[in-house]
This record gives sequence, structure tokens and C-alpha cells, in this order.
Amino acid sequence: MTPTFQNGEILPAGANAAVLTGVEPMYAGRERGEHWSGRMVRYLVRSVTAFLVGLAMLTGMAAAQDGPLRIEITEGVVEPLPFALPAFVAQGAEAQQYAEQITQVISQDLTGTGLFREIPRSSHISQISSFGSPVQFSDWRAINAQALITGEVSSDGSGRVVVKFRIWDVFAGQELGQGLQFSAGTDGLRRLAHKVADQVYTRITGEDPYFDSRVVFVSETGPKDNRSKRLAIMDYDGANVRYLTDGNAIVLAPRFSPTGDRVLYTSYESGSPSIRVLSVGDGGSRNLQVGQGMTFSPRFSPNGQTVVYSQSEGSNTDIFAMDIATGQSRRLTSTPSIETAPSFSPDGSRIVFESDRSGTQQLYVMPASGGEAQRISFGQGRYGTPVWSPRGDMIAFTKQNAGRFHIGVMRTDGSEERLLTASFLDEGPTWAPNGRVIMFSRETQGAQGSSSLYSVDISGRNLQRVRTPSGGSDPSWGPLQ
Amino acid sequence: MTHISKALLIVAALGLAACANPSRFGPGGGMDGGAGAGAGAGGVVPGSASDPQSPAYFRESIGDRVFFAVDQSTLSPEARATLDAQADWLMRNTDYQAVIEGHADEQGTREYNVALGARRANAVMEYLTSQGIAPSRLDFVSYGKERPVAVCSDESCYSRNRRAVTIISSSALTG
Repeated sequence: MTPTFQNGEILPAGANAAVLTGVEPMYAGRERGEHWSGRMVRYLVRSVTAFLVGLAMLTGMAAAQDGPLRIEITEGVVEPLPFALPAFVAQGAEAQQYAEQITQVISQDLTGTGLFREIPRSSHISQISSFGSPVQFSDWRAINAQALITGEVSSDGSGRVVVKFRIWDVFAGQELGQGLQFSAGTDGLRRLAHKVADQVYTRITGEDPYFDSRVVFVSETGPKDNRSKRLAIMDYDGANVRYLTDGNAIVLAPRFSPTGDRVLYTSYESGSPSIRVLSVGDGGSRNLQVGQGMTFSPRFSPNGQTVVYSQSEGSNTDIFAMDIATGQSRRLTSTPSIETAPSFSPDGSRIVFESDRSGTQQLYVMPASGGEAQRISFGQGRYGTPVWSPRGDMIAFTKQNAGRFHIGVMRTDGSEERLLTASFLDEGPTWAPNGRVIMFSRETQGAQGSSSLYSVDISGRNLQRVRTPSGGSDPSWGPLQ
Repeated sequence: MTHISKALLIVAALGLAACANPSRFGPGGGMDGGAGAGAGAGGVVPGSASDPQSPAYFRESIGDRVFFAVDQSTLSPEARATLDAQADWLMRNTDYQAVIEGHADEQGTREYNVALGARRANAVMEYLTSQGIAPSRLDFVSYGKERPVAVCSDESCYSRNRRAVTIISSSALTG
């Protein structure tokens, strides 16, 4: 299923490129916008929300006065950057449909972030009929395209599709970064498009990419009192849904491994909740033998070798850690209260979890080996399902207060709490691999209520439903592929 | 109703039907005034709700469930009265075991509610044990908020979903 990519082969500089960059190290996918030299147009970004200033400082993303063509994601209000995306030039009749599809997915990726706005093709003055031809920048300036993406799609007739592309800073009149090419089988067209869009996104925002990633979640069908739940995996945008379990047993809260090769989840297959691990490649699953009684709420450590989870012994629920290789478990908490929803810091040194030891659900941080825990949530209401950001700088959580549910983020010491959403029932945040977008479940109210997946920026902007074939809950966002 | 509890009931019914002890079909000594119980032995359909020694009778006449306040696992006086009757029935019907299912309403995060359901089921287990039921006859499972019986999103439904249900099963087949 997974197409083999020839990843990130650098093209010679484009015809208009002002600076020939020469031989540079293989593109690593992590270069930031500020690394590009030359005169760049700084795109107008407007911040109107003072509370975000602290966050911008925290992440070192405060807008510079003379930056490159870029968008600051942490800003409260961003005027979407207008870009032009002429249909990629098809080399040969077979490539025609591929080119159209790839171009469309690139557009959906970019506009779906809320950070970019596509200028309709009907407004284009220049037509791109050849990938190698010089770009008429004046034609693109005239329609106020800040960025221009040109590309070419070819097929060698043996099921191999190659896409080449360049990103242009229209007002600077030069190429933004280097042209690249990717190739894949015909089953990998969407991934090719995600790869291209990731490059555009990362070069203009300075953030790490995330479009070429997958999400494992619980697919839901049926009424509230007879709901069927199946594990499913999909692309980040809801495409290519594949089911991993049948609907015979309740399944809860799947969690991707750090490399995306395995999924931990809670299953009622045995009649009582227990933790299973599933191999994404072949779909096989097995029970993780983690002691007696109910076990649930599992999550991988950053190195993929340890599972933290909850175990209920009598009325008491505590957190344990199991070494997957040896099967040895050790207790991390030992209070008579409910301790659950553990999540590691990305460096593996600490665990954030929820506990009602104070009387209500609150968030705590403890060393990964257990020991004394520090409470970090002190606002009104109850806090649960904490998840450490992959960047390490923030913790996302579910907050319940005054009859409403919220998805929020706070710094790892509990400061700078910000609520991103509000509804009848929002829960279970998961981070995009770049730590800039959060996906979660939203259940609607009433007898006909159903659950869907949503995503939102960490700024609270761009709340969007993620379209899935049926209901969805408990998303877990995997790594960049 | 869950797959497992359906299965248990079927198993229990089969187990009862196979039981050759005729005394089980008589009016239970001291089991006075069970609603729906036929007055004479002839009027009792074994295994039906009219048979005081049947799981159906337990479910419908004793009362198989108790209810809890929001985010609580404390047993109310009403709950304790129901559990007294459950314990009484279990003391008389020693062939049976019971699985206590703990449930929560939808106002809560998923995993916390699993743990909360475990708390509620255990409150029931501990109470039944205190009334003399052998712990070996009891087990528990929590469904959290996964198996509501009432689907509306207000207190009239929530109060029915915050529950612990005692599911009777045949010891001969589960032990």
C-alpha cells in the first residue's frame, strides 16, 4: 500500500532564479523560511490578540520586520496568503489525469490550513504550458499572487509517476528554495501531492510539515445506545480510510507508535477492557499481557519500547509502565484515586496524566519513573486527557467547565492556558506531527447525537470538520511519513 | 444490551433449563410477594420472570441496577435497599455468580469514565461482599460511557446511565 518514494531530489535552479544555489546538502524537510537569503517579500500578518504575544515569544516566532515570504501561524488573525497554482503540466496523455488530481490535492492541503487562499485559475494572466519556461512575474504580481507554484507530472508508463515543482516568491521575483521532484506509484498520487504541499507550507510558514501523515481513529456507526466501533486509519485529510478491526468488540482510544508502525488500543474483545497492539502493516493484533484486571488508556513512550497505561484494581485506578520486550510492568502511581490518560514528554523524561486525587480531575506531571507529581492545572473546572506536544512546549487537554467542554493548550508548567474550542462535548486532542494543529472528537447533543473528528490550529483558528465516511472519535495523529 | 450480557443470559437460561433439581421450581421459601411470580408451582414457567429463582426474576423483580450521583460512586439508601435484596437473592441461589457492570453518563472524558465505572461497580461488589456474598462469586467490568441505556442529553437520561448493573450468570458454566 505504501508507495516507495524517491524523496526530495533537487532540481537545477529554475530559469528565473536570481541565485544559483549550487550543490547543497540533500533537502532535509526541516529548513525554515528564515534560512533563505535574498530579498523576500514579507507578507502582511496582522495580530489582534494580545494574549498570543506570550506564545509567539515562547516559540521564538515573533514576527521579524524584514522576514521572508512567510506566515506566522501563532498569530491570532492571519490574512490568508494568496497563491497561484496553475495545473501542473502533464507530460503525456496518461499523466493528464494524475496532474489534475495532484494539483487539486495540493490546493486542498494549502487552503485547508486557513493560511493560504488560492487565486482562481480563471484570473490567471499567464498560462504555464512548460515547466522549464521563464516565469512572467509581472503577470502574477498583477493578480496579487504572493506565491506561485509550478509543476510538471510525468508517467513512464510502468505505473511510476514523477512530479517536479518549484515555488516562486512572486514579488521578490525569484525562486523560494529549490525545485524538487518526488516519484511514486499510481497508488501514491495523494501522497505526492501532500509532499509538494508540505514543501510549500514549510517554506512559507517556517514550520515543520504535516500533510503527509496519517491518523488512526475509532469509526462509529449506529445510535448512541447501540453504537458500533471499529479501528480505522486514514490520511490526515480523511482520505483513504481503511478499517483495522470489525465492529464486534468495543474499541477505544487507539494510539500510534512514534514511527507509525503499530497502534495501541483498548478492546473489549475478552469481555473486559484490555490493551492490544496492532501492526499497521499486516493488520495483525495481539493482547499485551499487562497484569490482572481492567487495563486501558495505553500510550507509547517516544522510543516506542515502553507502554504507559491505566489498570483498575478494585475501585482504584493507577498508572503503570510496561517494557514491551520483556513484558515487565512497574507501578508509577499509588494513590487511592483515579490516575489515567498518561502521555510522555517527547524527550521521554516526564509523564503528564490526569488524577482526581484533589477531588476533581486535574493534570499532573511526574518523572517517567514515577514519584512525586506536580499539579499543573488550576483553572475552573475539570481537566483530562492531557497530551504532550511533539515540540515539547505545550500540553493539550480536555476541559469541562459549567456544562461545556473545551479543547485547550497550556505550557508544560500549566501557565498560559488557552481554550481553543467550546461545545457540548469536545474531547481527546491529538497533535499534528509539527505541533501546530490539533485534532479531536466532537459529540453532538441529544438522542440523535453523533461523534465527528475536527481539527483546529493551536491559535484557535480554522476549526474544521475532518470528513470521514461515518462517525469518528478518539483520533491519534501519526508521524510524518 | 451488550453482547456479553446477552450471551450470559442465554447461557444462564440454558443452564437453568438443564438443571434437574425440582425444588428450584417451587415457590422460594420466604420469597414473598415477588411481582409476577405465580402463586402455585404449576403456574411458574421455569426460567421466566415468574420463577423467583431465575435471572429474569432477579432482573425484573429484585432490580438489577442501582444509580449514582454525578461523578460519584457512593451508594444511596435506595441503592443499598436494592443491593440488600440482590444479596438476599444471591444467598438463596448459590448456583449463580454475578458480574457487576459499571457505567457512566456522557458528561466526562472517555477514559476517566471507564475508571469511574470501575469505581461504581466496585462499590456494589464491596457492598454485596459485606452482606455475605463470597467475593469469588463476583466480578466486575466497566463500560464507562460506552453503553448508555437512555440517549437524550439531559439529566433525565444521565441519571439512568450512571448505574451499576448486576448481571447474573450460571456458575456451572462460568466457573
